[in-house]
Amino acid sequence: MKVTIDGQSIEVEPGTTILQAARMIGGEVVPPAMCYYSKLKGSGGKCRCCLVEVAKGSEADPRPMPKLMASCVTGCMDGMEVNSKSSPRVTEARKSVTEFLLINHPLDCPVCDQAGECDLQNLSFEHGKSETRFIEEKRTFEPENIGPNIQLHMNRCILCYRCVMVADQLTDDRVHGVMDRGDHSNISTCISKAVDNEFSGNMIDVCPVGALTDKTFRFKSRVWFSKPYNAHRNCPTCSGKTTVWMFGDEIQRVTGRKDEYHEVDEFICNGCRFDHKDIADWTIEGPRAFEKDSVINQNKYNRKLEKVEIATEEHILLGREEDRKKISMAEIPLTEEDIINQKSLGNNG
Amino acid sequence: MERTYHKQEINMTEALMSRINELISHYPEEKKKSALLPVLHEVQDAHENWLSIELMNKVAEILLIKPIEVYEVVSFYTMYNQRPIGKYMFEFCQTSPCCLNGVEDLMDYTCEKLGVKVGEPTPDGLFEVRGVECLGACGYAPMMQLGDFYKEHLTAAKIDQLIDDCKNDTIILHDK
Amino acid sequence: MSQKILLDKINIPGIKTYEVYRQNGGYASVEKAIKTLTPDEVVEEVKTSGLRGRGGAGFPAGMKWSFIDKKSGKPRHLVCNADESEPGTFKDRYLMEFIPHLLIEGMITSSYALGANLSYIYIRGEYMWVYKILEKAINEAKAAGFLGKNILGSGYDLELYVHCGAGAYICGEETALIESLEGKRGNPRIKPPFPAISGLWANPTVVNNVETIAAVPWIINNTGAEYAKIGIGRSTGTKLISASGHIKNPGVYEIELGLSVYEFMNSDEYLGGMSSDRPLKAFVPGGSSVPVLPAHLIYKTANGEDRLMSYESLSDGGFATGSMLGSGGFIVYNDTSCIVRNTWNFSRFYHHESCGQCSPCREGTGWMEKVLHRIENGHGREEDIDLLLSIQSKIEGNTICPLGDAAAWPVAAAIRHFREEFEYHIRFPEKIKNRDHFVAEPFEKVKHLVSKVIV
Repeated sequence: MKVTIDGQSIEVEPGTTILQAARMIGGEVVPPAMCYYSKLKGSGGKCRCCLVEVAKGSEADPRPMPKLMASCVTGCMDGMEVNSKSSPRVTEARKSVTEFLLINHPLDCPVCDQAGECDLQNLSFEHGKSETRFIEEKRTFEPENIGPNIQLHMNRCILCYRCVMVADQLTDDRVHGVMDRGDHSNISTCISKAVDNEFSGNMIDVCPVGALTDKTFRFKSRVWFSKPYNAHRNCPTCSGKTTVWMFGDEIQRVTGRKDEYHEVDEFICNGCRFDHKDIADWTIEGPRAFEKDSVINQNKYNRKLEKVEIATEEHILLGREEDRKKISMAEIPLTEEDIINQKSLGNNG
Repeated sequence: MERTYHKQEINMTEALMSRINELISHYPEEKKKSALLPVLHEVQDAHENWLSIELMNKVAEILLIKPIEVYEVVSFYTMYNQRPIGKYMFEFCQTSPCCLNGVEDLMDYTCEKLGVKVGEPTPDGLFEVRGVECLGACGYAPMMQLGDFYKEHLTAAKIDQLIDDCKNDTIILHDK
Repeated sequence: MSQKILLDKINIPGIKTYEVYRQNGGYASVEKAIKTLTPDEVVEEVKTSGLRGRGGAGFPAGMKWSFIDKKSGKPRHLVCNADESEPGTFKDRYLMEFIPHLLIEGMITSSYALGANLSYIYIRGEYMWVYKILEKAINEAKAAGFLGKNILGSGYDLELYVHCGAGAYICGEETALIESLEGKRGNPRIKPPFPAISGLWANPTVVNNVETIAAVPWIINNTGAEYAKIGIGRSTGTKLISASGHIKNPGVYEIELGLSVYEFMNSDEYLGGMSSDRPLKAFVPGGSSVPVLPAHLIYKTANGEDRLMSYESLSDGGFATGSMLGSGGFIVYNDTSCIVRNTWNFSRFYHHESCGQCSPCREGTGWMEKVLHRIENGHGREEDIDLLLSIQSKIEGNTICPLGDAAAWPVAAAIRHFREEFEYHIRFPEKIKNRDHFVAEPFEKVKHLVSKVIV
């Protein structure tokens, strides 16, 4: 089947979604996705960030689809033509969704552990505005303690349902879920129960925002100050393949290995994630590469570090020779004539 | 969200269990969960019109599902109560057609008469006034729901009568 | 006097009971269908009738039936949507309460057409006494051999049950209804797949409104061609209208589609005009989610034709000057009512009923309600009107299910036709302090304060 997205064509298998096809093409055409997660069955369709315009339904039925479609849950048809970034309608819709996701968001990035690796930050950077039109009071939730490992910040949640799917699909005793409804929907255990299943830590990795963060890493460091390395250990529960985030010789946190769409390659167990912070526990494989725009990549070892020399620096500081002359007073005394001229200028002006 | 905990005495009577089993029989053997909504109604009606955690856990046990699946459902639907409520809950419809016919004034009247605010039970736990969304009785406005029944074409005089009837315990809440 | 199809027998004493219903020709369509027609022939009759879904969307019922997947060999289900909760609509309740066997008969005939052996009626939890009425009616029908195994010796089996909701407007959306029937939260599903392929327990399922199913017995007894003769154009048959608001005779009426709005409003057979001497200000023809229309667009369309009670005529002029038949929830406003307050009321409803699954609806409905609440309570800003238009446009079309559109349309329509009333609220907050501000001083009297002066 052939599908064309923003003018770029690709051959895909039947059953491929538009989003998957876009990811195969890569680059600018890939729609943002806040709720879809390829490793979680039934995810997607909720956040509406990945809306695209289907300009041609298929070769057999070329009519355009009247509404924008959620690319993560819309299957490709042979001959389908899709506009993603190239469509003003799509850009407008993404801006709208970004605004909706932000109106009740606390915008507490300065104290949020997710800052720097947050999908909502990235979405806002791309599609957000620097001012708000929302003057009402923001929605807040009472805090709930969901156990020793995972910190829940409901105010930051965008209700992607990923963490619920993790619990449903990785464990057989889900104890948290979505309570209430509408804009008061919230992630909760309802009975302040500890979420302590041995795969529950993956909720942190799939959370696109700072609603679920690692308590063992809480307020330890900004994510861009630690350096990610691929590491592995012999784990009886999971594959043991992780990314460890180091500061000097200290392992500050352990996560799954995330790809460029921030999805983990493999889910890891809580043992690896929370209980093995000793460097002796791990075999370090080497630095983990991050996409070039990520803040995590700034000043990292996996780029060659050279002292930055700005050739014009001294000129910036000193200024041009001729300017320096003009503005200098002390070193070049004025002549009698100059003084007279200046006085007359002052009188006239 | 942290929730306040209330204790409740659970009494799964034989009659209740047999009704629950009848409801379960309406669905295919392996789809017991489908009976959740009707079963919750029955259980709630038999337990002073609210559902405690223990009661919800009991329902989960009967339907062979996880407790969280029950909590999720109970918190989604407005007819399930997660805390003790007034025995006589006056649920006034406050959507447009009822407002056109003066339901807001009637709610004020009722609250004043009972000396309560909307959503607060009277100190004796007998009455509670609530505003709810469209109950599908727009042509018979203003109206309210009391137990399983609708009270329509309300007036202040009818409210007085209803309050008296409740106090005299002559109101039928559920048709069992 | 127009023809009655659904309510013709409603005044017969005892029609609630099986005996009386049967004595008056009840269950004839089941006999006719099962004994003389194949399931496909029943579907064909319904197709020919032109019957359109009466829940609001108006999709041709026969067509919907023909989409059901019969090839997969999976069990099929018919689910009746009796989760009536669109503000202004109370027709299904009337029908189920007073002539329950008509729905049961329709369910049997329709289930036969679809080859469904297990069907449900999903009724909203607040209609608990109607639930009991239906349960009783089902037991009577079963005792008479119209339900259960080997119906009328045909070899066709059908079990029919009532299932009750528990207070969620969203469960009127067919996939949310299915989720709720499966014992889950009423979150609408992402389509495709449509229920006709994968519905209840992933089986092929058709979901139809009460009124749609109740029309099937007449169609089978009298043929689809006869049904198609009633009504006007593509609006065939009769429609139940729930009338409420400032009218003399509120209640449920069965009309032939094509009746003029003027006659429906003013004749004594129907609404009998306004309830008092206050003049007509606005009306909502099809339940809270359809656009409100101002007085001058009610009886006549924008190009001067008579406005009729039909799918086409009510939507004539698109959203600029028209509205929709929707579910037939006919709400009438006189000049004491405040459009801003009413719009806020509807907005609060949608905010309250949003399931919270997708971002535009979850966040947008609450935002609109808050802004409208501010305007109605004297804290509006000039820019709020355009802000509302912007929010509604960002919700519309971008959500999983139609609740987003339903929340967006009334706001857009109110501003489209009554913008000056919003401006009045914003500029004269001291005049709108009391909630009945237009009772003593209707907007017409103060309109000059905000009218644009044309020099």
